[in-house]
Amino acid sequence: MSTATVQEHVETSASGKAGIEMMTITVRIRRYNPEVDAAPHWVDYQVTADPTARILDSLHKIKWEQDGSLTFRRSCAHGVCGSDAMRINGKNRLACKALVKDLNPTKPITVEPIQGLPVLKDLVVDMEPFFQAYRDVKPFLIAHGNEPTRERIQSQKDRDRFDDTTKCILCAACTTSCPVFWADGQYFGPAAIVNAHRFIFDSRDDGANERLEILNDREGVWRCRTTFNCTEACPRGIQITQAIAEVKRALITRRVI
Amino acid sequence: MSTHVSLEPPRTGNPGRSQRYRSRKGPGKVTRGNFELYSWLFMRASGVLLVFLVLGHLFIMMVTDGGVEKIGFAFVAGRWASPWWQFWDLMQLWLAMIHGTNGMRTVINDYADKDRTRAILKGLLYTAAVLTVALGTLVIFTFDPSIKG
Repeated sequence: MSTATVQEHVETSASGKAGIEMMTITVRIRRYNPEVDAAPHWVDYQVTADPTARILDSLHKIKWEQDGSLTFRRSCAHGVCGSDAMRINGKNRLACKALVKDLNPTKPITVEPIQGLPVLKDLVVDMEPFFQAYRDVKPFLIAHGNEPTRERIQSQKDRDRFDDTTKCILCAACTTSCPVFWADGQYFGPAAIVNAHRFIFDSRDDGANERLEILNDREGVWRCRTTFNCTEACPRGIQITQAIAEVKRALITRRVI
Repeated sequence: MSTHVSLEPPRTGNPGRSQRYRSRKGPGKVTRGNFELYSWLFMRASGVLLVFLVLGHLFIMMVTDGGVEKIGFAFVAGRWASPWWQFWDLMQLWLAMIHGTNGMRTVINDYADKDRTRAILKGLLYTAAVLTVALGTLVIFTFDPSIKG
């Protein structure tokens, strides 16, 4: 079986590029230029793409070869910085982690800005409300008592307690997939709660009660309807709904375990 | 290149609703107290209780003793002669009404944008809930099985 595949690739390499079977895909992008357009609209672009390449490569191709005015964010392009969260084929993903072959390339692939935040241009949204919620949960170490002369020691077990929520890259894929956040932007949103969880359950941190009180707010954890959209959207695989449930439990029992 | 018209996505690019974002001054109006906590706990507890109460109720009404055919004035009168069924129906009424009203309250909080709209909708909701609960409770306790001419 493997031999046959290799054979095929060698054959295509004669006509195609370096042994890769390129295909033509349609990328349907939600464009919006606030200086010209009254409302966002869809525009189709045809691009040649390697099925195993990322959709971000296709966006680059469009921007570099077809329409330089296409605007989107990206920095590292390798799923670390969290700049290029977009709604691709109706699901929030990082454009740099979504492969063309996984997106049913026989049909047009839709690319939209993430939902629930004001669109500035094309795929760029104003992240300020998102970061405001993040700042509101005090995402930094709060420690009382004397400063230790050396580093703050923590056991592996204590570290494992909040390990999952340390993975957040603040891409906003979770918060902008949350129907409660869509309806009411005052809700803290999953990302802020995840980052509060990261400190609430940190054995070195003394600010748990303060953060729990903040999340006990009318717009806090109790607005969560456990729809699991956030968990599904997270490109880092964080169990977000579980983290939110743990914060709820800590609020009810008033114990951080 | 071709353009398509499609439905507006929720809120994105809808500047009219952006005013409800979190304020830049940090968590300004922090609502103290545990109201939302208790409301959440109540929804969980009443939900579990209602599963048994309502399924039990449906089973008695629809399946036992010849199914729905048996239900009539006499049947209801006979049931409410017993404090146990009075209590059962009272629990169903109160739990279901508070559970439903609380659920509707969260929906209004989610989707009603303006303070005035919220106030009007919640006013209607609470009025309807209180009237239904009061009327139901009154009937359960003052039900008179003897029909007077």
